[in-house]
Amino acid sequence: MTIEVELAGIGKRFPGVIANHDVSLRIRPGTVHALIGENGAGKSTLMKILYGVQPADEGTISVDGQHRSFASPTDAIEVGIGMVFQHFMLADNLTVLENIVLGAEKLHGIGDGARTRIKEISARFGFGLEPDQLVERLGVADRQRVEILKVLYRGAELIILDEPTAVLVPQEVDALFSNLRELVADGCSVLFISHKLDEVLAIADDITVMRRGTTVGTADPRTATKHQLAELMVGSELPSPETSERTVTDQVVLALDGVTVTDDLGRDRLTDVSLAVHRGEVVGIAGVEGNGQTELVEVVMGMLRAASGRITLDGQDITRLSTRKVRELGVGFVPEDRHRHGLVLDFPLWENRILGHQTKPPVVKGPLLNPAGARTDARRIVEEFDVRTPGIGTTARALSGGNQQKFIVGREMSGDPILLIASHPTRGVDVGAQAAIWDHVRAARREGLGVLLVSADLDELIGLSDRIEVVLRGRLTGTFDPSQVTAQDLGAAMTGGSAA
Amino acid sequence: MKRIAYSLAPPVVAVVFALAATCVVIAISGGSVGAFLSTIFSVPNDRILVNIVNQSSLLAISGFAAAIGFRMGLFNIGVEGQYIVGSCAAAFFGGSGLVPGPLNILATLVVAILAGAAYASIAGVLKVTRGVSEVISAIMLNYIALTMSGYLVQRYGVKAGYTYATNDLPPSSQPLGFAILPGANDVWALTVIAVAVAAGYWFLLARTRFGFDLRTTGASASAALASGIGVKKMVVVSMALSGGVAGLVWMPAYFGSVHRFGVPENFQAGLGFAGLAVALLGRNRVPGIILGAVLFAYLSGQSNELQRDGIAKQVVDITQGIVVLAVVVAYEIVRRRQSRAEREQVSEELAATPAAANEGEAR
Amino acid sequence: MTGTTALSRARTVRYTTIVVALAAIVTVSAVRIVTGADRLTTPGTLRQALIAACPILLAGLGGLWAERAGIVNIGLEGQMLLGTWGAAFFAYHHGWLAGIVGAAVMGLIGGLVHAIATVSFGVDHIISGVALNIIGLGAVGFLAKSYFDELSGGGPRNLSGYPTPPTLTIPGISDGARSLADQHWFVVSDVSAAVAGATTNLSILTILTLALALLTAWALWRTSFGLRLRSCGENPQAAETLGVNVYLYKYVAVLVSGAFAGLGGAYLTMVSSSSFTVGQTNGRGYIGLASMIFGNWRPSGVLTGALMFGYADGISLLPKNGPLVHALLLLVAVFLLAYSVFKFRAGELTTAIVVAVIALGALVWYFTTTRVPSAFTGMTPYVITLFVISVASQRLRMPAADGKPYRRGSAG
Repeated sequence: MTIEVELAGIGKRFPGVIANHDVSLRIRPGTVHALIGENGAGKSTLMKILYGVQPADEGTISVDGQHRSFASPTDAIEVGIGMVFQHFMLADNLTVLENIVLGAEKLHGIGDGARTRIKEISARFGFGLEPDQLVERLGVADRQRVEILKVLYRGAELIILDEPTAVLVPQEVDALFSNLRELVADGCSVLFISHKLDEVLAIADDITVMRRGTTVGTADPRTATKHQLAELMVGSELPSPETSERTVTDQVVLALDGVTVTDDLGRDRLTDVSLAVHRGEVVGIAGVEGNGQTELVEVVMGMLRAASGRITLDGQDITRLSTRKVRELGVGFVPEDRHRHGLVLDFPLWENRILGHQTKPPVVKGPLLNPAGARTDARRIVEEFDVRTPGIGTTARALSGGNQQKFIVGREMSGDPILLIASHPTRGVDVGAQAAIWDHVRAARREGLGVLLVSADLDELIGLSDRIEVVLRGRLTGTFDPSQVTAQDLGAAMTGGSAA
Repeated sequence: MKRIAYSLAPPVVAVVFALAATCVVIAISGGSVGAFLSTIFSVPNDRILVNIVNQSSLLAISGFAAAIGFRMGLFNIGVEGQYIVGSCAAAFFGGSGLVPGPLNILATLVVAILAGAAYASIAGVLKVTRGVSEVISAIMLNYIALTMSGYLVQRYGVKAGYTYATNDLPPSSQPLGFAILPGANDVWALTVIAVAVAAGYWFLLARTRFGFDLRTTGASASAALASGIGVKKMVVVSMALSGGVAGLVWMPAYFGSVHRFGVPENFQAGLGFAGLAVALLGRNRVPGIILGAVLFAYLSGQSNELQRDGIAKQVVDITQGIVVLAVVVAYEIVRRRQSRAEREQVSEELAATPAAANEGEAR
Repeated sequence: MTGTTALSRARTVRYTTIVVALAAIVTVSAVRIVTGADRLTTPGTLRQALIAACPILLAGLGGLWAERAGIVNIGLEGQMLLGTWGAAFFAYHHGWLAGIVGAAVMGLIGGLVHAIATVSFGVDHIISGVALNIIGLGAVGFLAKSYFDELSGGGPRNLSGYPTPPTLTIPGISDGARSLADQHWFVVSDVSAAVAGATTNLSILTILTLALALLTAWALWRTSFGLRLRSCGENPQAAETLGVNVYLYKYVAVLVSGAFAGLGGAYLTMVSSSSFTVGQTNGRGYIGLASMIFGNWRPSGVLTGALMFGYADGISLLPKNGPLVHALLLLVAVFLLAYSVFKFRAGELTTAIVVAVIALGALVWYFTTTRVPSAFTGMTPYVITLFVISVASQRLRMPAADGKPYRRGSAG
């Protein structure tokens, strides 16, 4: 027996934001149903409502035609709904068995009964998990299997997977998909949340698209194209970041020469990377997340130390310099995670203007701060970069993601940097802010700024870059000309399908 | 206006709540609530008034020492041990008379600062090199400080009454106090340290780059790292700074009236923990810490009169402890409300501008 | 198969533990004979050590309960203090059994305050603990003055003359072991002394304490209740998504924690001594915390830590203990050297050298002096814990979400 779940008119408000409104969705029994949408489209909120983590403000959930309300995950589990969170919900210091039986001790106890049952399920789907292993010793793919096993152990018939492939390498994605197909063959339904269109087209039986907190349409994976889905997700013609004239010069701003970075365990995170960024050039770095982009950025910024190799900025060796020194030499840095690295959320905007520029006028005078200078310059950024805020005394936390990001970009372009390092500069940002940020990058490039752009958005990379380098398992494996390459080619190169 | 209400309401509510809870405790144990309240709120006599001023200075210095840690995101529970070490070292040095006359005061203060800073940096270094929580190491170090200083005084000190103490501070190095109220005892000369520390604390945090780095690290270590702050170095430096200030905590009393060090008779223990409480009460802000110190000193000063009503004076410890808990809860409630209000204000203002109508991003 | 290796690893660990324990006993015995300090292991000394260990053990177990559920409880000291008063008050008026229960209830009230602050209101655990210790000391001073001042045998800060729990002596074993112990033979006498110490005038409360240690190990690791409680300390968000009522388990854990600490206070007023004074705990709550960290958040480790610290504490309370402490120095040096060799073989050269230098320092100290100030024994728990957390911090494994704030609905 499988269950049929239907959501109708779901709405959810948070202070100042509407996360979901009028969301409707029907999951047919025995299918893989994909829910797609951009970051911030409200997918995760919807899932939490369906799993009983948060209550809905309006709308109904019905299971097999009966109205249900879930006060807690327990209620959802009871009717056969299980969820695998994007950030795994596992306790590292407990064993696989302990993680699985937690909360479901009544089913088979916490001893041999449970052990047998876990081995049974693990064997049936080829998970290869050992009940008494500590979870901390498991790799990412195994942890995901523990999560799925946890859900199956409770007899779930609808399994929700929130961005399950974000952390997996391609082979692991294939393994996951074959697991999912077996589950469906066994009578389960799967709700698959993603924003990766290739994967959705490969695995889904039905597709529902969300945008700005609501469901905007459905699609049939047999007939839909990636482009159609993308337009449904974005809601308009895709903004294309076409760069017009070439402004590349032959002056090298940043050069990496055979740079290798190793982690605490002595494994290479970056291997023998050589790369040059010229004045007026945007060099894009393409790669599946976790292939060394973060390390590349951090080693240039002096946040990580290179094990070997040399990094120069405008001819000066910066391999061993501290982050502060690197910044003083004229490097702007738009970090990947704006909340953790880009801003101090509890500081007002004008104090955030000082962040990262603690040694450069106009925000400081020698060893002292210059609050007046910081305020004036913060006001300038707010105006030039169209940051929507009541004032510069507002804390950064109160701003929307797009406005926070515009402020960061504006700050990092202050003081005439010679190099800008931008990690995912428009991730989770609304379309308007995205276009504005692209315009600013282009304008600065015209004036001779060198840009190292790391992005997961292939269209952004192709549109903005003068040259694209592909990073795979810590190595630069291919160079592409953005005017010639297609997203498909890049995708293949990023997964090691065909290196150029 | 709203801002002031937001920052004043929590401590006021907390104090009222703590007093009410104390009254309940007194009532349950059969004491007279009326007597308690009338004694606590009576006008203090001259002697108590001076004591309140003197004690406030100690509590405020301790509060600032703790606050430096808090602003950095460190819980320096070791202020207690650091000021014991600072006091012990200073008293041995000051009592030795190596430096003559008034210059001895300055030299002794430097010794106190250095000793406190050095002791605090043990916890700082252990944190950055071995990943040891500063709270756990400081708890251990507090007891080691207490035992070691007791031993050193017994071993190298002189007999003072029934116990041992360091040599007395030479009279030529004893500063004159301020005879503010005629007939009452003096206000200690070195209460001025509290004023100097307050001014230095404000200037450092609000006006200097170093202070900005310190606050940034406390608010978000990850953002600090990305902005080019050497977080590990900051941990050790700010821990030492906090310890240096902690070393000064007992100095006004030492120079003002005690003139020697010996646990327990010739020392005042517990100021470190009280300083943590004062810093929490005052939200690590200069006026807050000063008011908090005065409040705690006031409660302790008035409590001596409680004995007359047959109420143990320790009852104000209960009040002080509850104030700390209540104020932290109150500040948290206000913080949540404030940040919600701010977010709503932002979306309201944005809704007002038509161009930004689509900006209300779903997150 | 990984499963069998996990089991056999557990067996290896158990085997290693036994070997280490035996080696320790032999070393102690050898040091006793070399130094001639026979009082290191007389039944009297070891009995004293056991009595000193019990309150530390209770506080340590209390800490364990709270921290396994993710709540740091440095308010143990305050809860213990409340226990000392509760034991004295209720025993005086209603007998020793009421004293034990009363102490547990007083500690539990302290735990309740901590739970309300940290679990319901999200107050920082350390702040709440510090406040609780201030409140505890104040409350005990206040309550003593209010309730004991006018009693016969009482005063504003103390009370005596209340019944204490009965003691047991196991006749055959106690005498036999004692006579063996008196021979001062190598190892045999030391072990017999331990047996004699543990079977002579054994308080009911001591038995209860050891039973509670077993109960803790069973309840936390062998029951689904324990699994749920521990999951709240490892990953409360995960526990929440699986339908565990995290707040409830945290509350239960902190209440039990407070009650255990309260019992530790009762032990001090009813077994360690037969009178109550204000401030009787004298930092034992913190030593309990230290024994928990030393014991790597495991009941067996807490027990080891408590016995070790109790031994140091017990010796510091013995009269004329100068030579004993001096002999202890040699013992410490030998243990440190052994640890250094162990580290050297594990490939941690720096640690090995640092430890060896400290060990040599202790040896030099031993050979150049004839006595060590007893102040130093009082300090040992803190020094050892500081040493352990600095040197072995990588091996220590505290619950992953220990001390972190948690709010309902934060999962996902």
